[in-house]
Amino acid sequence: MKIGTPKEVFGGENRVAMTPDSAKQLQKLGYECAIETGAGLNAGFSDATYEAAGVEVVKTAAALWKASDIIAKVRQPDATELKRLNKDKTLISFFNPAGNEDGMAAAKSKGANVIAMEMVPRISRAQKMDALSSMANIAGYRAVIEAGNNFGRFFTGQITAAGKVPPAKVLVVGAGVAGLAAIGTSTSLGAITYAFDVRPEVAEQVESMGAEFVYLDFEEEQQDGAASGGYASVSSPEFREAQLAKFRELAPEVDIVITTALIPNREAPELWTEDMVAAMKPGSVIVDLAAEKGGNCKLTVMDEKFVTENGVTIIGYTDFPSRMAAQSSSLYATNIRHMMTDLTPEKDGQINHDMEDDVIRGATVTHQGEITFPPPPPKVQAIAAKPKEVVPELTPEEKRAAEVAAFKAQTKQQVTLLGVGGALLLGVGLIAPASFMQHFIVFVLAVFVGFQVIWNVSHSLHTPLMAVTNAISSIIILGALMQIGSSSFLVVLLAALSVFMAGINIFGGFLVTRRMLAMFQKS
Amino acid sequence: MDFGFTTAAYVVAAILFILSLGGLSGQESAKRAVWYGIVGMGLAVFATLIGPGAGLWWLSIILIAAGGMIGYQLASKVEMTQMPELVAGMHALVGLAAVFVGFNAHFELLNVAGMDDAAKKTLDGFAALLAKKTPVEVNILRVEAALGIWIGAVTFTGSVIAYGKLSGKVSSNATKLPGGHMLNASAAALSVICLIWYLNSGGFMPLFILTLAALFIGYHLIMGIGGADMPVVVSMLNSYSGWAAAAIGFSLGNDLLIVVGALVGSSGAILSYIMCKAMNRSFVSVILGGFGGAQSGAAMEVEGEQIAIEADGVAAALEDADSVVIIPGYGMAVAQAQQNVAELTRRLRAKGKNVRFAIHPVAGRLPGHMNVLLAEAKVPYDIVLEMDEINDDFPDTDVAIVIGSNDIVNPAAQEDPNSPIAGMPVLECWKAKQVFVSKRGQGTGYSGIENPLFFKENTRMFYGDAKASLDKLLGMIE
Repeated sequence: MKIGTPKEVFGGENRVAMTPDSAKQLQKLGYECAIETGAGLNAGFSDATYEAAGVEVVKTAAALWKASDIIAKVRQPDATELKRLNKDKTLISFFNPAGNEDGMAAAKSKGANVIAMEMVPRISRAQKMDALSSMANIAGYRAVIEAGNNFGRFFTGQITAAGKVPPAKVLVVGAGVAGLAAIGTSTSLGAITYAFDVRPEVAEQVESMGAEFVYLDFEEEQQDGAASGGYASVSSPEFREAQLAKFRELAPEVDIVITTALIPNREAPELWTEDMVAAMKPGSVIVDLAAEKGGNCKLTVMDEKFVTENGVTIIGYTDFPSRMAAQSSSLYATNIRHMMTDLTPEKDGQINHDMEDDVIRGATVTHQGEITFPPPPPKVQAIAAKPKEVVPELTPEEKRAAEVAAFKAQTKQQVTLLGVGGALLLGVGLIAPASFMQHFIVFVLAVFVGFQVIWNVSHSLHTPLMAVTNAISSIIILGALMQIGSSSFLVVLLAALSVFMAGINIFGGFLVTRRMLAMFQKS
Repeated sequence: MDFGFTTAAYVVAAILFILSLGGLSGQESAKRAVWYGIVGMGLAVFATLIGPGAGLWWLSIILIAAGGMIGYQLASKVEMTQMPELVAGMHALVGLAAVFVGFNAHFELLNVAGMDDAAKKTLDGFAALLAKKTPVEVNILRVEAALGIWIGAVTFTGSVIAYGKLSGKVSSNATKLPGGHMLNASAAALSVICLIWYLNSGGFMPLFILTLAALFIGYHLIMGIGGADMPVVVSMLNSYSGWAAAAIGFSLGNDLLIVVGALVGSSGAILSYIMCKAMNRSFVSVILGGFGGAQSGAAMEVEGEQIAIEADGVAAALEDADSVVIIPGYGMAVAQAQQNVAELTRRLRAKGKNVRFAIHPVAGRLPGHMNVLLAEAKVPYDIVLEMDEINDDFPDTDVAIVIGSNDIVNPAAQEDPNSPIAGMPVLECWKAKQVFVSKRGQGTGYSGIENPLFFKENTRMFYGDAKASLDKLLGMIE
């Protein structure tokens, strides 16, 4: 089968859905590739490079649409393009199915299969074809660059011979893919970066990128972002108020605001109000990545840049990926190529449109003359963090009962030991003379004290404990000292030897212990 | 000075010793505790020197000073990695001293028995004490002395062998003479016979044979214990030396000896018990040299292959990791790599990574061996954690580095019911996202058991001498 990519007809769109690199990979899957002449020119890929990669260059769009079985493109198709579909063709592109009923109806009437790239479900397996993420990544990066271009100062703080430069303060609202990319770019340029998101669980990701998460003083049942497939959902009015209050507080401080807050299939929420814009310093920049859906700032004009009366630049471009066409084309083409890989399990150049597959099913909006949008929820749950398993809390009664049982067992054990020990002692006392018993009592008590004391020694000190006990076991020297005054030479000799050896031990043992202990230190 | 003063001094010394051991419950109080021990010892020696019975005090002081010099030299020169040998060697001294003192008690007894009543009156000190004894008491004294000698002799040869094994002068394999346990049993039986003979005859011969039998038991017992069990052996010998002192204390009628002996004895016994529990081994089977032994079935076959990795791979993984757990073992001590480990820790911590140490209770050749080595290298002790404290954290750990340990990280203990170490608690490092094992070669550990950890998918083998490997690694982590 043949995959064809036409030149984008949407004004100002520079991207292309196939690159020479992706074409080579597609050919390995068994497909032939075709491209409309000049399609890749704005993204930096000439017809010659396509030809070198084995791609057939077709003169007109009409011829390309006719010749191709699969059409891969970037932008949502216009009416002319939709007319060129028929029941043997598969279209892969952005389609905006939620806001494009006419388009779906047209595709349905033509009987064509349409795969909408924005509908690829957000599951781990499908990340490689998640074009929204790859485009958002570029948009986030570009937003910071665009902001820097319109911002009259350094991002990073510097102290130079010509004076001190304070670092720029950047606030990123919405820590999705675009937001995180913006955070990463901004921190690596040296700005002090703050970030906010309604999903508190992304705070960790934000901090991992080097920004500071802006927490609200707000108590609410944490909404589980994972339940909505990793996207944000609408927040309560109270939460919104707390959020706006926080932003009002931040507005005079920040130099650059990048808003990326989008809720799927809704108008963008207003997060940066006019009074906040008014509170900002002259020269500040707002980049509104939500401009296409009405903007997070109501002053934003879609696709335009303008300066407010108090000197704040508001950028409402919607074509950030297109402004970096080479990069975005290669990422998008790779997403398409991965999609084709999943559509071609046999690598035989034939599409196997498997409607049982979560990813393919989710992304397909029309299939064999039927509208298949919206898709059923994916069988595999999204990134969902599993709710923590609840450890059954023991009731106070149960706890009490367990304690009592443990206490009873302990008592029983102790009483048994005491009984046996006492009986043994009595037994010894019956036969042994009193002088022996005196010492024996001392001995038993000492053993008892020893057991009590040693259990408390911490594990890490077991080696010093051995060294210390080794040192004090040279107490045997007392015995030798008592005997050394004997009248027998042999006794004196042996005692002297013992004193000598014990002397080694006393000094050696204590010194080693001290050396060891001196090394233990806190951080 | 009179006897009352000595007794009073003994009481103070005994309390100081107890405080000294009790103070070891914490790192900071331990430093104070050692001084209690030193003062206690000084007081005890002083009180004995001026107390009844002691003569030749100038000779005693010279000998103590001479011994002290040697002890000082030994202790200040010894490397921290040689600590186990030193401790074992010093136990031998205590054991031998106990034997000598026991012999002396016997000789003195013979002396006293040979005197007439008039001469007995002139005696003082230990001899005077002996002179007053009734026949029953004399018999008890003999039992006590014999017991002291016996334990002392076992401690002596046992410690010498332990020293040899730890310092590598004797093969650390468990070796037994033909006859095995029977030899030990017959030597023990011989000892009992000699004891009865000695009680009846009072001659030196049976005592001497008893000593020889004990020396043999000490030798053979420790020869039969493998290197991996050395922590238990050392603490067991520690315990023995205490019991020997206590037995001697009985025969000399010296309460301080009894108290301290009992303290040391029970301390060693508890340590051995803790060690054995940590290895899930019965105490009896360890001291009788029973390791491996009867297996109920074939050990699980280990499948897969060991994948090697070079220093740059380890360095890259460490750069990416947020939490790192290092599991040191005897291999680190052998390679003297603790300084490098500490340096690695410092560098990783400087990068804000969470670096911790996981110490298995039987890592190394002494209880707490690793703690001492890490402390020597100035690793802060609050990041050095015990097995129970850290085992649950492994699933959240990015990188676990195993340095020269083997059996204590062997998953077979949990997975293979037929493994010789089945049921032994181990550090579950394989649950970490990635495991690096620094190891000299593909051999097995002390216990000779294949380690499935090395074959796991998330394990990479970092071959080479631990110190050299870490040197290479340090060069790549700035």
